[in-house]
Amino acid sequence: MPFALSADRERELEEILKRYPTKMGACIPALHLCQDQNGYIDDEIVLYVANRLDLPPAHVKGVVTFYTLFNQKPVGKHQLWVCRTLPCALRGADGILKHCEKKLGIHAGETTADGKITLRTAECLASCGTAPMMQVDKDYHENLTPERVDELLEKLRA
Amino acid sequence: MLKPTNYLTKVYGLPNGWTLPVYEREVQGYQVAKRVLTSMSKDDLVAEAKKANIRGRGGAGFPMGVKWSFMKPHATKPAYLVINADEGEPGTHKDRTIMELNPHSVVEGCIIGCFGIGAHVAYIYVRDELHLSKERLWAAINEAKAKGYLGKNPFGTNYPIEVYVHTGAGAYICGEETSLLNSLEGRRGEPRLKPPFPAQVGAFGCPTTVNNLETIAIVPTAIGMGGEAFSKLSAIHNLNDGGIHLYGINGHVNKPCVVELAVGPTIRELIEDVGGGVLGGKALLAVIPGGSSTPVLRADDRVDAPDEKSPLHPWHGKSVLDVPLGVDTMRGVGTMLGTCCVTVMAEGTCMVAAMHNLMQFYRHESCGQCTPCREGSGWLLRSVEKILEGRGSMEDIDNLADVANNIMGNTICAFGEGTAMPALGFLKKFRPEFEAYVRGEKTKDRDARLAV
Ligand SMILES: Cc1cc2nc3c(=O)[nH]c(=O)nc-3n(C[C@H](O)[C@H](O)[C@H](O)COP(=O)(O)O)c2cc1C
Ligand code: SF4
Ligand code: FES
Repeated sequence: MPFALSADRERELEEILKRYPTKMGACIPALHLCQDQNGYIDDEIVLYVANRLDLPPAHVKGVVTFYTLFNQKPVGKHQLWVCRTLPCALRGADGILKHCEKKLGIHAGETTADGKITLRTAECLASCGTAPMMQVDKDYHENLTPERVDELLEKLRA
Repeated sequence: MLKPTNYLTKVYGLPNGWTLPVYEREVQGYQVAKRVLTSMSKDDLVAEAKKANIRGRGGAGFPMGVKWSFMKPHATKPAYLVINADEGEPGTHKDRTIMELNPHSVVEGCIIGCFGIGAHVAYIYVRDELHLSKERLWAAINEAKAKGYLGKNPFGTNYPIEVYVHTGAGAYICGEETSLLNSLEGRRGEPRLKPPFPAQVGAFGCPTTVNNLETIAIVPTAIGMGGEAFSKLSAIHNLNDGGIHLYGINGHVNKPCVVELAVGPTIRELIEDVGGGVLGGKALLAVIPGGSSTPVLRADDRVDAPDEKSPLHPWHGKSVLDVPLGVDTMRGVGTMLGTCCVTVMAEGTCMVAAMHNLMQFYRHESCGQCTPCREGSGWLLRSVEKILEGRGSMEDIDNLADVANNIMGNTICAFGEGTAMPALGFLKKFRPEFEAYVRGEKTKDRDARLAV
């Protein structure tokens, strides 16, 4: 079956389209809706968005490949991003990352064998005053210690 | 002496401080927008905004009122206000606090800003990772709309205003204003050649003003008290650098945080009085004054301004740590004010590793349109990596400087300078550290420490 947005997401897209003078304006928000539903963006979704917004598929594909947060292949159920940039590094981000890698048994950029957790590094997440920090799905976790990381990982694996 | 203020931050600690009832109760929220829309002319508003001497908070320090005055009505095209909340410059953590804790100041600022530039729609471009910020901004917009402060007839006037939140999808370059506009239009976030400037051809081909989120959030305060009174809150009002500002302090201090102060604190005051001193009582080695693109200062740098006409002359011979932070004062000491968030590095921090960390960032974030930036950011990273890993030569150090100098001035957008300037800063201020790695006196395993 070709890809289609769920009814409530389709309604949301209708609302989004009203905000912009062009259909193209809804391209990035539409891709976010699709990724929310599907977890990643494949060529079928590219075609769907292209048709829905009257854009060439190559345009949509170009957008998908430009932005880091669009997944082009399946990812774990939970996304874990450890900020690695200088202000966090000054407060021990490297230790936090190594701790995550050890506990999860994977390297940054990989997904655990059970498909539950994808671990990645992030560039500065505007949280340098509460470093070190990481983002887990949509939430920020700040002023991290290895103990707090352990608690978080426990919850995610449960 | 530091002059703490609480215009933007008064509601920060309050229960539900981000909601409309608290904003209205604590700071007479939306009264300024109401007064502007019901009793001021566009020209009066822009004149008042100019007097406030608000220097853009996005990094370049452009006078906000002057930027508004570039907007001329177009015969057929609408105008847009676009708010830059892409906050991604490493070391910058101030805009997020406003969105999370005082989103109504942003919405009220957008109402006034739209009126000032002749726009009826404002887009707030928030980086996608900031989910709580987006949520709070949308909630604030909906509250304001329900009260009739936005929509078809704000405050009963015939000046319709809509405010929308738009999100990116993870790309530092989208903070650059023309890249941001492309991203808003649904394109790849590649910067555009200027001219034309956004005031002529901006969002969707229409005249557009791009203001940083903090810049717009302070507008209700500035217009409320009157431009001149607002400007005079600043310690360096005489340098046309007015009002109050959020300052961040991060890295090696005891209490990293964000505070609101009259413009013009010194770096030493921020470290000692706000940040609670250098972490663990260590000696200070260096500071990055306003985000990773601003060249590093050494703790022992002195001001060199023998010319009596120089705005920096009063500080001639003094420590750079005792110069008030301002757009022109920081330029005068060879760096930039940037985003007013200071990154502190204590004795024992490895400057080669610090540069390596930042060059990884720039390599990752270059959009790749211009050869000097795309290739140069790669060369910079590879060369500093070579040095750090003990494989470098003295030529590699000179090479780094050559590559950086070749990026400067040869690119479409200021990302190029933002990469080259800090690289040159590290090399100029800490060359002996790079040489120590080349000579094998320092090694990565033993010495490349960032967390001290
Ligand atoms: C590479 C690059 C990244 C930038 N990132 C941001 C940003 O995250 N937020 C921001 O407000 N301005 C950023 N700017 C500056 C904007 O281009 C623009 O000058 C600013 O949004 C204008 O607002 P202001 O005049 O209120 O400062 C960036 C500039 C460059 C070159
Ligand atoms: S300077 Fe760099 S980031 Fe800017 S347009 Fe050129 S390649 Fe892209
Ligand atoms: S460096 Fe990690 S949040 Fe800024």
